[in-house]
Amino acid sequence: MSYEQPDERGHFGPYGGRFVAETLMGPLADLERAYREARGDPAFQAELAADFRDYVGRPSPLYLAERLTAHARGARIYLKREDLNHTGAHKVNNTIGQALLARRMGKKRLIAETGAGQHGVATATVAARLGLSCVVYMGAEDIARQAPNVRRMRLLGAEVVSVTLGSRTLKDAMNEAMRDWATTVDETFYVIGTVSGPHPYPTMVRDFQAVIGQEARRQFLEREGRLPHALVACVGGGSNAIGLFHAFLDDAAVALYGVEAAGKGLASGRHAAPLTADSGRGVLHGARSYLMFDEDGQIRDTHSISAGLDYPGVGPEHAWLKDSGRARYVAVDDEEALAAFHTLTRLEGILPALESSHALAYAQTLAARLGPEAALIVNLSGRGDKDVETVAAYEGASTCRA
Amino acid sequence: MSRIKDTFAALAGTRAALIPFITGGDPTLSATVPLMHALVRAGADLIEVGMPFSDPMADGPAIQMAHQRALAAGATTRAIIDLVAAFRRDDTRTPVILMGYVNPVEVMGYGVFARACQTAGVDGVLLVDMPPEEAVEWRAEASRAGLDTIFLLSPTTSVERLAVIGAASTGFLYYVALKGVTGASHLNVAEVAARLAIVRKSAALPVGVGFGIRDARSAAEVGRFADAVIVGSAIVEKMAAGTSTEAAIAGTEAFVRDLRAALVRGGGARS
Repeated sequence: MSYEQPDERGHFGPYGGRFVAETLMGPLADLERAYREARGDPAFQAELAADFRDYVGRPSPLYLAERLTAHARGARIYLKREDLNHTGAHKVNNTIGQALLARRMGKKRLIAETGAGQHGVATATVAARLGLSCVVYMGAEDIARQAPNVRRMRLLGAEVVSVTLGSRTLKDAMNEAMRDWATTVDETFYVIGTVSGPHPYPTMVRDFQAVIGQEARRQFLEREGRLPHALVACVGGGSNAIGLFHAFLDDAAVALYGVEAAGKGLASGRHAAPLTADSGRGVLHGARSYLMFDEDGQIRDTHSISAGLDYPGVGPEHAWLKDSGRARYVAVDDEEALAAFHTLTRLEGILPALESSHALAYAQTLAARLGPEAALIVNLSGRGDKDVETVAAYEGASTCRA
Repeated sequence: MSRIKDTFAALAGTRAALIPFITGGDPTLSATVPLMHALVRAGADLIEVGMPFSDPMADGPAIQMAHQRALAAGATTRAIIDLVAAFRRDDTRTPVILMGYVNPVEVMGYGVFARACQTAGVDGVLLVDMPPEEAVEWRAEASRAGLDTIFLLSPTTSVERLAVIGAASTGFLYYVALKGVTGASHLNVAEVAARLAIVRKSAALPVGVGFGIRDARSAAEVGRFADAVIVGSAIVEKMAAGTSTEAAIAGTEAFVRDLRAALVRGGGARS
């Protein structure tokens, strides 16, 4: 059976949709129309493909991590090297697509929200290249813990606006970006960084990120002459996971694992794992999905060592994939992610992003369970240069406490 | 039958209705009912009470901070509904509209929320981030409980959408006067008047105008062509400025009295 989601109004089963104030309904309809036209336009697709090749450096390699495989004592672990993309993460696949669409729509100004700063950097990068102005909203707490990316955005000419209300992280940055967009909607294109937000964003971002899985499927078939047993990717909003999974959705034998951030542990309540913790369904930032909230429906503060996963919701397609049973969702805590960060760095000479480290931690457990005859692909969604300070600070603090 | 309908009918052809907005539970739960009575004394025709939400995406800083103060003071959706019930013990005439965001209502359950509102004496509900396209189930529950469902119109609403929104609305239509969030200050009255003339061609209901009305002068200007003038952030700021709760309520009452005085006979285009 072939996979056909979402419906014409952006619903993935009961999830997704378009829950925004009236001011944004017209602009979202315009965006949907413009995107539909662009998607069917061979010239747009050709320009996107050329940018992927010449500017991003695609296809990204599929790398067999032999020493990590030996360490995990099980299935062969392949890494899809999105960390080798220009700007150092998968985020640029989406920002290039949206920026080309913005130019096509005649918009002169890009805005974005960012958590870890990777999406902000990727947006600032394409804005510089296309000569568009750029404003990035970032929670004050994230500005403190991802300082290198803040400096990069400013070097690229973007204005970085510190968001000091609420929990001062990704969700608050997204609130502020939506407020900006409602005010400046005529000239502004809102570049959402993940498969979340109101329709058509979850579908559009998925389509731009789907190149990850399309390449990985082809590369794996060439290498192994068969399909992998499993795919593993971290899930905050979930764009790198959807990007990897999508080309494999109709391959029923390929198991899909999304890895959320368990933070200080699911039992502590201080996590960012709405799917794994089955925290209930709600509406935030324009879509219905799994969401973390209290008994009154107020959105709860989340925690993760990785700013990019520190978000109380998740893209609506993941909610649908969980309910349908097609994908499974698990969670990895701060300590396990940190251990995986060190393991990959020392065994393979690759510094992974803390976000991707969550996927790497679970992949080792899964590899041991699947055994040496199997093979799996982990999406190495970003590089960890931005996290060097965070890791040092975290371990310094741990050492002091010990 | 509907307090909202009766109120607009009584004012038709005389002047625009005045609808002040306050955030329920700001700064404390015990301040809200006395404040509502003060608004009525000052001349409010309907009252809009905001249900606090952790992530008020359509609101500017003044109402965002009011939501944070209210949540810190222990306000919940149920507590706000209870405040309306307490208000109703002494005022059975003034229509009360709850305004909020979808998630707390969805978590409580549309039917449970609607019945609680009905029991408390709430007259209408506006869920900011729920357009009619997503509101089929909510409208059915609201209708069953006799609640008016109020939806927003904005400067970006197409003529085709006007019909969709008009068909889903009861009570009145809420025209958002500018592109932006609550509390913005770039209101262009002539532009609003022109847009409202278009809206009226397809609207069977009274049309209230809100967002960007900050003082008696702008209230008077908008009141010349709107059926209702809705003032939010400027009132919430008056509440925040008081040195004590009593002083804040008194200051807010005086401000609303000035707004009301500005809505002179002869305003209100619909007769």
